Amino acid sequence: MLKINNISKTFNPHTVNEHLALDKLSLDVKDGDFITIIGANGAGKSTLFNAISGSFFTDEGTILLDGIDITLMSEHKRAKMIGRLFQDPMRGSAPNMSVEENLALASGKGGWLSRISNSDRNILKDKIALLDMGLENRLNQPVGLLSGGQRQALTLMMATINPPKLLLLDEHTAALDPSAAEKVLAITKSIVEEKRITCLMITHNMQSALELGNRTIMMNRGKIIYDVEGEERKRLTVRDLLEKFHEAAGKELDNDRMLLS
Amino acid sequence: MSASSIFNLIQTALELGLISSITVLALFLSYSMLNVCDLSTDGCFTLGAAVGAVVALSGHPYLAIIAAMLAGILSGLITSFLQTKMGINSLLSGIIVNTALYSVNIAIMGNSSQLNLNKAETVFTKMKDFIAGTALAEQYKLITLIIVVAIVIVFLVIFLKTRLGLAIRATGDNPDMVKSSSINPVFTTIIGLCIASAFTALSGCLLAQSQKAVNIDIGSGMVTIALASLLIGNVFSSKGKIGIRAVCAVVGSVIFRLVYTVALRFNMPAFMLKFVSAVIVVIAISAPYIKSQIPMIKRKLLHRKGE
Repeated sequence: MLKINNISKTFNPHTVNEHLALDKLSLDVKDGDFITIIGANGAGKSTLFNAISGSFFTDEGTILLDGIDITLMSEHKRAKMIGRLFQDPMRGSAPNMSVEENLALASGKGGWLSRISNSDRNILKDKIALLDMGLENRLNQPVGLLSGGQRQALTLMMATINPPKLLLLDEHTAALDPSAAEKVLAITKSIVEEKRITCLMITHNMQSALELGNRTIMMNRGKIIYDVEGEERKRLTVRDLLEKFHEAAGKELDNDRMLLS
Repeated sequence: MSASSIFNLIQTALELGLISSITVLALFLSYSMLNVCDLSTDGCFTLGAAVGAVVALSGHPYLAIIAAMLAGILSGLITSFLQTKMGINSLLSGIIVNTALYSVNIAIMGNSSQLNLNKAETVFTKMKDFIAGTALAEQYKLITLIIVVAIVIVFLVIFLKTRLGLAIRATGDNPDMVKSSSINPVFTTIIGLCIASAFTALSGCLLAQSQKAVNIDIGSGMVTIALASLLIGNVFSSKGKIGIRAVCAVVGSVIFRLVYTVALRFNMPAFMLKFVSAVIVVIAISAPYIKSQIPMIKRKLLHRKGE
């Protein structure tokens, strides 16, 4: 499905701010996988998503999606196959355009000069009604008037209206209040399951990292340091994860000491 | 001052307002929708006037309009190419194209900085012949302009609801969202700027044909004048339906000319036009910012008193 082979990315090369954000990272994602990704700040989780979705090109390595080499494919072309949600609910939709116009653009139906027809409108209305947030009655309102939770749910709908091969969720509920976060997460689960979308989700919540999906990976310093699925994952507790976390951090300290001595 | 001379003044203000309103609608597309401030506007306006004048002089007033718009598209293509493919800042690419167009425009006018269209047929003289003898015969310029402006507005309203139009609006609103809808924002920026430049050139072409003369400075300061008009129009409707906003942009342009005409009557020298437009733009753009700062300024003052 998604085959990442030894990708590396260095920011600000040859300067004092040089930062190796991805370090020969490889990952093999199977069709239908729902992988949760955890790691400390700066571990390279979002950078990994940026690399997959094409916000920048990696310095080396290859990325294959469903057998297609997307390593050097431009961002907007990849977007046909990859949906993405950010932590910031404002990032996924155009605030001065209506709910309907946002959805219509995302659905990508028709030629350049086609307009939203009544039948399109009804289809969009039925789809948005599935979110159960009352948005079906606000189709003509600018998206900027919606709450963060509503906007994130709309973005989720926009990202999956043509089911992508891969969905990247970058802490997409972290900026929402608890009840909205719960609701958006529930919608996410049902859409991903129903449309059988392969999914990667970054989270800071260890509990949901273990509860959601079928596989969990932990990142540190641009590398995957722990990758768990199946029986082993079922037995794992949050405490175990934290231990793994500290183990990795401790090793890092040792490495630093070695460097200094 | 006689009633008829007042009427004449108003008529001229309306005509000039409608002519520049097409440039205002161009900025409505590039500045309000696409969020790009296209500083090649001045040169592009003159380009349309020059190309239109040369073609009209050869005896083709209608072809002149098409030629001017095509020249505008070409100019827009170059401006947008510079900013999307050559890594040049959007303001700078506008200024660069504007500068280059100065030379191009003189070349188009046959190494001359002005052209006279006195003997040439124009779209206005065509309209004059067409409605000669009717009650509206005297208003031939206004009628022509109202028709053209109406066509431009209808085009914009229809176009901005198409998928391409939506994509252009989204590019100005949230480029990330455009990319994630698998649309290349470079493409939408290029198309948007090309259409806007075509309108700017059309506007210049109409002014040249209306006043039967072109000089190289015909477009200077146009971007500020048009921006001032657009912002006056925004006062009436900054949000709301596209059609209403477009009509308000035209109204803004006419109001600007009327106010200017009145100011001239009160002995404001004509050369102050550009200064006034600059002041209007400064006030209109800075007012919301200053308004938002007032609570903080008040707090600071109170804070100082408390000490």
